[in-house]
Amino acid sequence: RAHDNCLAKKMEITVSEAEKRTGRNAMNIQETYTAYLIETRWVMRAHSQSMWMLDSLWRRYSEFELLRNYLSVTYPHIVVPPLPEKRADFVWHKLSADNMDPDFVERRRIGLENFLLRVASHPVLCQDKIFYSFLTQLFFPFFQADSRLKALNATFRVKNPDKRFTELKHYSDELQSVISHLLRVRARVADRLYGVYKVHGNYGRVFSEWSAIEKEMGDGLQSAGHHMDVYAASIDDILEEEEHYADQLKEYLFYAEALRAVCRKHELMQYDLEMAAQDLTSKKQQCEELATGTVRTFSLKGMTSKLFGQETPEQREAKIKVLEEQIQEGEEQLKSKNLEGRDFVKSAWADIERFKEQKNHDLKEALISYAVMQISMCKKGIQVWTNAKECFSKM
Amino acid sequence: SPDLSGFLPNGTPVDTSSPASSSSLLNRLQLDDDLDGETRDLFVTVDDPKKHVCTMETYITYRVTTKTTRAEFDLPEYSVRRRYQDFDWLRNKLEESQPTHLIPPLPEKFVVKGVVDRFSEEFVETRRKALDKFLKRITDHPVLSFNDHFNVFLTAKDLNAYKKQGMALLSKMGESVKYVTGGYKLRSRPLEFAAIGEYLDTFSLKLGTIDRIAQRIIKEQLEYLVELREYGPVYSTWGALEVELSEPLEGLSACIGNCCTALEELSEDMTEDFLPVLREYILYSESMKNVLKKRDQVQAEYEAKLEAVALKKEDRPKVPTDVEKCQDRVECFNADLKADMERWQNNKRQDFRQLLMGMADKNIQYYEKCLTAWESIIPLLQDKPETK
Repeated sequence: RAHDNCLAKKMEITVSEAEKRTGRNAMNIQETYTAYLIETRWVMRAHSQSMWMLDSLWRRYSEFELLRNYLSVTYPHIVVPPLPEKRADFVWHKLSADNMDPDFVERRRIGLENFLLRVASHPVLCQDKIFYSFLTQLFFPFFQADSRLKALNATFRVKNPDKRFTELKHYSDELQSVISHLLRVRARVADRLYGVYKVHGNYGRVFSEWSAIEKEMGDGLQSAGHHMDVYAASIDDILEEEEHYADQLKEYLFYAEALRAVCRKHELMQYDLEMAAQDLTSKKQQCEELATGTVRTFSLKGMTSKLFGQETPEQREAKIKVLEEQIQEGEEQLKSKNLEGRDFVKSAWADIERFKEQKNHDLKEALISYAVMQISMCKKGIQVWTNAKECFSKM
Repeated sequence: SPDLSGFLPNGTPVDTSSPASSSSLLNRLQLDDDLDGETRDLFVTVDDPKKHVCTMETYITYRVTTKTTRAEFDLPEYSVRRRYQDFDWLRNKLEESQPTHLIPPLPEKFVVKGVVDRFSEEFVETRRKALDKFLKRITDHPVLSFNDHFNVFLTAKDLNAYKKQGMALLSKMGESVKYVTGGYKLRSRPLEFAAIGEYLDTFSLKLGTIDRIAQRIIKEQLEYLVELREYGPVYSTWGALEVELSEPLEGLSACIGNCCTALEELSEDMTEDFLPVLREYILYSESMKNVLKKRDQVQAEYEAKLEAVALKKEDRPKVPTDVEKCQDRVECFNADLKADMERWQNNKRQDFRQLLMGMADKNIQYYEKCLTAWESIIPLLQDKPETK
């Protein structure tokens, strides 16, 4: 799936280890965090010789967040791959919601590696220099993008919304909603299934106790009991595997958010454009009024000048000149904004199409692997109960 | 072979007026082989439950069909209708008239109204199976199957008339051999009966635990089912949102629905077939422990009387007849009980073998149904748009 020219094809990227660290944060308070080892490997060819180059460095989750914020702001038309969840969500009772839990850390490690690979195989993002330095250099410009990201959450109304983007935003909202629901219920299903399997373990104990007082039936009962223990124990691996499926769904839950962000950025641009156009129109009108002397629009200045005396012709000339300059500037700006807008729409839709294909492919794969997991679980069930049945038949 | 009728195995003459001894004699003379499938001469079935609505009450009757070549029956075939009360009456009569034998249990008499629907199909079917088992166990028993009350139960058109007569007949025939639970203290229980008692205690304990586990599993399965029923449709909702993924998601939703149905069937089967048999055996153990107690009492009475005689130190050539009768009773009881226990152990082993294999089978079927469902959607999930 990765572009032939992209970084992923030239460089092997892994997040191979996770380590607990303690350090002092910005407020000089001691804190515990997990650091992840990013290892890269690529072939360097020089003087007709090839060598394997290896590099590695440790980064923590918050640094990944900075990278992603940077990419989000720098490439507003791209559906930027999401990070694995910040906090454990959609957990069922056996899973820990603790960020330091080894299972959570392990799944996060995999998620972070997946994130880097997604970026490295994106035709546009993989070429980014900051991304490259994130992978290979300790120095990483700490990019603060809060203000631009905050704007995404502001509410404003666009007069002429692009229908396609509106539909897409609606789709991403619905997708987020349905995947959230799915993940919540799946967690409950996992919880209940765990209960069903584990209670069967009690059969193992009681069959063993019962077999002690039986003569002919004893052996059959005892060995059947062992199979019940096997059955009860099997659920742990089954549900651990299912967590991978949940993680795949989660990635697309967050991807839906990224998709929504692109729509919002377009809305922002559109709004900006409309505001600029509006401003230009009002300036032109002001200019016209000053030049012809007719007041078509009400303005406070106009009123005060009427009340407190008109301005001198020189003053008026000066004003017109300023306005004319502003209008010229405004028209140039509007032109470039329009161009920007069209470029944005073109490249955004290209990436959205790419994203749709990727999504359909990935989700299909996820569903297939889920079905395969279920098939494996059914086969294990049949095996265990067939074994138990044979033991019972020997009673 | 010599005609042993009239003598106990130890050589002492049999008191033929004691029905207990004659029945046990019959027991010892008859070979167990008589009960093989080939030589079986009595077949009883319980089926066709029907609801009767009367002004005073509503109740269910079951058809009891008998096929036999035995001389004790006037006709080769009988078909009568009986209700639970009648089975209960039969059991009481058997306990009274055959106190030295293990009488199979009946399904529980009282059901809490409002909690269980006494007229639901499931309840009636479960009860019918238990009543059928009850009669079949009596049929298989070499002594109980020849009991007069059993005969009447199977054949009489008007059982109620016989029930009323029964009280009069009882005193006439001197049938009711009620062993006095006179509070005699037992010196020492023979090892084998002590062992049986201990076995039954542990056995019913373990069955109780299994019953609780099985109930817990059913409960957990039903809670799992509730969540699954919410889970499946969400895939359907998602499918409506998508274009290319719409068929796979819809397929997944349907697949989960099929698994739900399979699970429902498994839980129903366990409730209707597994739990009742388990409970039956718990009841069986209880009634067996009562029979053991009765045996203890009979032995205690004998020992007390024997001691009384020894204390009197009378120089008699013959042991007094009432002490003789007691000794007789003890030995008959022990022999009957031993034979019944052996038969019970064997039947128990077969019953549990069948029950547990059945439980394993139902689980296998459940997983096979789910497997089929999941395997059938793989091609649907893998389907490429170009091939459609």
